[in-house]
Amino acid sequence: MSSRDAIISRVKQNQPPPSPLPQLTNYDQHYEDLLQQYISILRFIGGEAHIVNSYEQVANILRGSFQEATRIISTVELTGLAAEIRPDIGDPHELENVELFITTSNLAVAENGSVWLRDEQLLARALPFISQQLAVILPKESIVATMHDAYDVIGQARYGYAAFVAGPSKTADIEQSLVLGAHGPKSFTAFILV
Amino acid sequence: MSDTTGAEKRANAGTKKRKMGNSVQDHATLADTFNKDEERVEWHDNTLWWIRQKRDKAAHGIIEWEELRETASQIKNNVLSNLSEYLGQFEARAKENGIIIHWAADAKEHNEIVHGILQRLSINRMIKSKSMLTEECHLNEFLEQRGVEVIDSDLGERIVQLAEEPPSHIVLPCIHKKKEEIGQLFHEKLGTPAGNADPQFLTEAARQHMRDKFLTRRAALTGVNFAVAESGEFVVCTNEGNADIGAHLADVHIASMGIEKIIPERKHLGYFLRLLTRSATGQPITTYSSHFSTPRAGQEMHVILVDNGRSIHLGKPDFRNSLKCIRCAACMNTCPVYRRSGGHSYHTAVAGPIGSILAPNLDMRKYADLPFASTLCGSCSNVCPVKIDIHDQLYKWRQVLVKEGHAPALKKAGMQGMTLTLNNPGMYRFAGKAGRWFMRNVPFVLNNKMNPWFKQRDMPEPPKQSFTDWYKKNRKP
Repeated sequence: MSSRDAIISRVKQNQPPPSPLPQLTNYDQHYEDLLQQYISILRFIGGEAHIVNSYEQVANILRGSFQEATRIISTVELTGLAAEIRPDIGDPHELENVELFITTSNLAVAENGSVWLRDEQLLARALPFISQQLAVILPKESIVATMHDAYDVIGQARYGYAAFVAGPSKTADIEQSLVLGAHGPKSFTAFILV
Repeated sequence: MSDTTGAEKRANAGTKKRKMGNSVQDHATLADTFNKDEERVEWHDNTLWWIRQKRDKAAHGIIEWEELRETASQIKNNVLSNLSEYLGQFEARAKENGIIIHWAADAKEHNEIVHGILQRLSINRMIKSKSMLTEECHLNEFLEQRGVEVIDSDLGERIVQLAEEPPSHIVLPCIHKKKEEIGQLFHEKLGTPAGNADPQFLTEAARQHMRDKFLTRRAALTGVNFAVAESGEFVVCTNEGNADIGAHLADVHIASMGIEKIIPERKHLGYFLRLLTRSATGQPITTYSSHFSTPRAGQEMHVILVDNGRSIHLGKPDFRNSLKCIRCAACMNTCPVYRRSGGHSYHTAVAGPIGSILAPNLDMRKYADLPFASTLCGSCSNVCPVKIDIHDQLYKWRQVLVKEGHAPALKKAGMQGMTLTLNNPGMYRFAGKAGRWFMRNVPFVLNNKMNPWFKQRDMPEPPKQSFTDWYKKNRKP
């Protein structure tokens, strides 16, 4: 017998009698102001947040922080910011020198400050991890209260790869001292369009 | 504890020759060694208790916390009761998604599968993010013996790898190390300036050191936190982004998972992701909760489903529900014994209370000491996000182990002595009298190193009379 069949048959023989799945609820709640909750949690976990009215405003804020000739990749056109817009990415190793990656999200979670990013918003799966900084633009309406609500929005959608990303890459492995920028981006900025 | 200042320089930065791997000492002996440095014990204890308090704060911020625990527990009960179905379903969906599925009956088969994949692609260097399962299978040692270099990419795991030690905690692998020791280690192995022990500086040094590894390794291995039966996707949670950066750059991504990591539906992730990091570190969620469904273009993606004793364990009604564990480590952070004895005292991949009920399933003789490394206070069960009855299982394991003849000789002799004394009122009275007389008149007979009750404690004042004597005097009609 193959290992597969042996494992499955042992499991079948040893598993306990059927135990039903529980009733699920979304615990309708919680926050009076989703936007403020999202922002305060994002700041708590080391991210930055700006409320903006337009892409122009996003470009202005970013221009202030990235004046030198650094490599910026963006999924959206940002007038006045020297960025490669949706470039063709062959080998992800060539992304090593990316300083800033800007993308959009249509789903954010107030209870934990995360945004949901899918393949098509990433250009390359490695990009939001290898870039030194990450910026995400999201409409205010995309913020939901909890992870239950988030999975309701995601539903049965098909994707190759997707991730909840909450703030900058971080570690506290050395004596529990929090350091932002472990292996991934050192900063995470959300631009919330209102 | 290993002394990093004495670490031998001959060790290649990528290899893992562990100093503690062949240990046959039991928990009490290893804990004794840890306890020699009282200041360090105090610091270790306080650090973990601080994390436990962060967990409390996060949990108390969620009104429905207890309902979440109950729901997660019931989902996991359902998983165990229908695991054979779910495994088949996951396999079918994952294959449709283009993932290559392997089954490993034991650690050896798992290691051979990994080695086989690497051999076929002529790869002899691999990057690996955190996976307790590969610790359980001793994958690194297996591959290194066959000329494959493995580099652990999680910062804490990289630190213990450079120090040639196993992780001491499943979430915080180097929680037992002080920053000065890490500074010295980095000075020796990575060439950072001597005496610099600033966590920010050391983390940046590791980032630079690891970037090159991520960019040059063609194979990446990750663990799996959850695998969804209905969609065939699997979820990996990290704060550092190391699992992702490794997997997304590599030609081949291998994900190793225990068969118990399956959950039925995608929406169940909402419950587990809400509970996992709040229980672990008090964070609302890990920085990255990555959902892998298909390989990227041109990449191979493998999932290895590992049994290694789990299907047998599933057949033990008293112990099966420890398979519900989601590896948050809340039980370790809260455990008074873990906090004061350190993770290495448990001589197993998963330390602490949960490790002490998992390990005897793998090898009852080797881990017979672990269920005794507990006060049975029950704090572990109180914080467990999936409501495993950890302390009850510790107690039940003790009974099984004694029945099977695995109790330590001294404990057995002591219990037999107690049985004799408690069954014999004359002997009981004599023993009480003798004890009081010795404590009063020749205290040094008891107050010495031979008596385990005298360790780190003063013996109590002997009472003037026994309760029976007092009762006779005061309650005589």
